[in-house]
Amino acid sequence: MSGFLNSSIGRKYTMALSAFFLMIFILQHFAINILSVFSADTFNETSHFMGTNPLVQYALQPVLLFGVIYHFVMGFILEIKNRNARDVKYVRNNGAANSTWMSRNMIWSGGFILVFLIIHFLDFWFPEINTKYIQGDMSGLLADGDGYRYYEELTHKFVPIWRVALYCIGFVFLSLHLLHGFSSAFQSVGANNKYTKGLKGFGKAYAIIIPLGFIFIALFHHFNH
Amino acid sequence: MNLTLKIWRQKGPQDKGKMVDYKVTEISEHMSFLEMMDVLNEQLINQGEEPVAFDHDCREGICGMCSMYINGEAHGPDRGVTTCQLHMRMFKDGDTITIEPFRAKAFPVIKDLVVDRSSFDRIQHAGGFISVNTSGNTQDANAILIDKHAADEAMDAATCIGCGACVASCKNSSAMLFVGAKVSQYALLPQGRVEATDRVQNMVAQMDLEGFGNCTNTGACEVECPKGISLENIARMNREFFSAKIKG
Repeated sequence: MSGFLNSSIGRKYTMALSAFFLMIFILQHFAINILSVFSADTFNETSHFMGTNPLVQYALQPVLLFGVIYHFVMGFILEIKNRNARDVKYVRNNGAANSTWMSRNMIWSGGFILVFLIIHFLDFWFPEINTKYIQGDMSGLLADGDGYRYYEELTHKFVPIWRVALYCIGFVFLSLHLLHGFSSAFQSVGANNKYTKGLKGFGKAYAIIIPLGFIFIALFHHFNH
Repeated sequence: MNLTLKIWRQKGPQDKGKMVDYKVTEISEHMSFLEMMDVLNEQLINQGEEPVAFDHDCREGICGMCSMYINGEAHGPDRGVTTCQLHMRMFKDGDTITIEPFRAKAFPVIKDLVVDRSSFDRIQHAGGFISVNTSGNTQDANAILIDKHAADEAMDAATCIGCGACVASCKNSSAMLFVGAKVSQYALLPQGRVEATDRVQNMVAQMDLEGFGNCTNTGACEVECPKGISLENIARMNREFFSAKIKG
């Protein structure tokens, strides 16, 4: 495998593999979040399990962080290399004639997702890490000890309309990114065959339904609390 | 029809170059695009000006020499054609047509609309061939059984004329459709399997060395390719490359 990561195709492969991992993570994240719409108790129990399970915390979480960082860093590296591959730009270029807006603007949709992700980390992940690993409170309980804190924290975050709007915009960019990225990842690992047409349809459904679901959760908690 | 042409003029590789406006009149809709360029050049020569340099050879869509970027698209607005097969009926009287050379760092401009595509030749030299014993004991080609689907797919890949429209159309100046086609046409056939591992690695290494960008699967190359080379060839190249790296 020598030189694989330095080759253009090797980098495509690793971008695709990190994308697969992130797409599975997003699905799992959505599956847990949607529980909050149906049952506060189930959401609390699932969140506590995910937040304290050693396998999730010490094995999957570092892999996830690596996947996120790798996908963004490699995305920017490839973008710079690709821009350098054309030193003189066209005076007139009709990109819309042969490709989708989403496919031509992955760096922009990805960049906005990165901004959203930083805000999301500041909202949820950093406070969670602070509570559990800096303050050492692994109980997952509210300050008064009356039940788990996860549902309360979630609903509290979605009270300000500006944050709900910000999350909705973030998920629109996620949708735009996935509309190209889902099927593109399969093409990058060499999967282009009789199943590709169906896979593209499934990818479009995934790219629309999952972000819409996240938007629904944010709006649901905003209007119900 | 009467047209306004905005054409990239560049005296040589070191010249900065600029767009220059020209008027052409009484252009027949039955003319090919290159015939229209011939009319312009006759006009320029009669006026004592330097004609526009552009690549052309067979003028029947086979050689892959013509290489203009017309109104923002490689080989112009028609589909499945080279510039020489593009007809003026695709345009309207009074249109302004922008004509530029194929742009990529790996395709430096030599003069006006002529670009140096020898980077494609060097990629071919790196592995786009099979080694055949020609000592007089060559095997009859018909003695090697080849699946009809594989033969068809290999033939489809082999129709690539190496014009470079894929690179010109790609926002990343990626050459992966070209290299994918060249890798595929051999990888699909038993004669090509013998050197498949080295071929894909050497051709991809040369492609990267030439400074082409990375494919981001926009599909622009497939749409603009005059020979309809499919993205499946890029996927096959990716598989071949991964498999070759595993084998070492």
